[in-house]
Amino acid sequence: MNHQHTLSQNSHRDTSTIKSRRMKSQNEDKAPAELSDYLMAVAADRDKQAFAKLFAWFAPKIKRIAAQKLNNDAAGFDITQETMTRVWRKAHLFSPEKGAATTWVYTVMRNVIFDAMRKNKTQQAESLSDDIWPIEDQISEEIPFQDHLMSRQLSELVKKLPPNQQEALTAVYFKQLTHEELAKQLNIPVGTVKSRIRLAVTKLKQQLGADND
Amino acid sequence: MIKHHPNLNLLAGFVAGDLPASVAIGVSIHSQMCEQCRDKIAELTQRLAMQEFVEMDSSSFDDGIEDNVISNDMASMDFGNMIDAITADDEISEQAVSKSALIRIKDKNYELPKALNNVRMSNWLNLGKLSRSSLNLDEGPLHSHLLHIDAGGEVPTHTHKGFEITLLLDGSFEDEMGTYVAGDFIELDGEHNHKPKTTEGCLCYTVADDALQFTEGFHKLFNPIGSLLY
Repeated sequence: MNHQHTLSQNSHRDTSTIKSRRMKSQNEDKAPAELSDYLMAVAADRDKQAFAKLFAWFAPKIKRIAAQKLNNDAAGFDITQETMTRVWRKAHLFSPEKGAATTWVYTVMRNVIFDAMRKNKTQQAESLSDDIWPIEDQISEEIPFQDHLMSRQLSELVKKLPPNQQEALTAVYFKQLTHEELAKQLNIPVGTVKSRIRLAVTKLKQQLGADND
Repeated sequence: MIKHHPNLNLLAGFVAGDLPASVAIGVSIHSQMCEQCRDKIAELTQRLAMQEFVEMDSSSFDDGIEDNVISNDMASMDFGNMIDAITADDEISEQAVSKSALIRIKDKNYELPKALNNVRMSNWLNLGKLSRSSLNLDEGPLHSHLLHIDAGGEVPTHTHKGFEITLLLDGSFEDEMGTYVAGDFIELDGEHNHKPKTTEGCLCYTVADDALQFTEGFHKLFNPIGSLLY
């Protein structure tokens, strides 16, 4: 894996700092770090002001990219509306540990554009993009499991567990913490950790069993 | 172990959303099975997002996040109304729970790759040990199929006028160039002649931009079958 992209961004910034204030574009040759905070605020509090800031930064760019790809100004406007609507509704699926806000919004936009272009080119109205690029998967925990089919099914089921059971299960089985370590981390009794895990495992077993019939 | 991966051009096209759906589906299924490509895709996506949103952005001057900055674009396009319209609706999209669809071929169940969840499939057509279902993606000369070969089956030696992508979903098969396992993403062009056969049976996702041509003796007579298969 190479890291050229990070290197080139840095060098951009170094050469731009001495330019005059008018040449703001070069000083801003980087996405503002706050974008990620704004997304989190939208997710946690449905914060409209945070959304307005995301909108101000992303919408004109999305419109430019979409109008270019679809070769149509009006379509650019529609794509912007659809993309930003999804950002508003799906912000809770963004996870800053998994990547930058720009990357996340880009994938949302890419999917909207892909479906729109297919609708133009084919007779089919089905949206395939969310199946081809499952945005949800990008935020799911990586589960080092050999059997990919099983692991995919399992990770979907784990995601449906109540948050505290999910947390306990992930910590103990996938991050290899002991019950005691986790109890300490969460400041709860070891017995609670154990019962959360037991509940989670019971539920998973039931669901996997039911699906295998 | 998976040895065959989509090349970098395909991965880049995948990330940009520029590939035809049939090819993107192949890359998607492969990446679900291949951690190495998943990582590459994540990296390429991050890089492309930066490029598109930041480096290529000629309008980026003055569109910082400052309150007082509203670009002409913002005003003229009535973006303000758009913000109100979007945020007026407080609904959130629940995490989609992917139902794993099973398909049954020759008395064996297979989990349908998630990327194919909403793709229309034809009924299975059986030709001896071969079964295939065509996927209707409406992409002109590009044809995609699910192809199942029963244990001990083979596809007669053939070549392609265009290209062929085979993604092995389950089982294994061999041809003159080697053995392939589940997850392998195999790209062939008109240069290649091959004659895949399988001992244990296999299920493949295939995309080809032309019918295949059988090149050997007896099977030449059956060239019409080529268009049935791919």
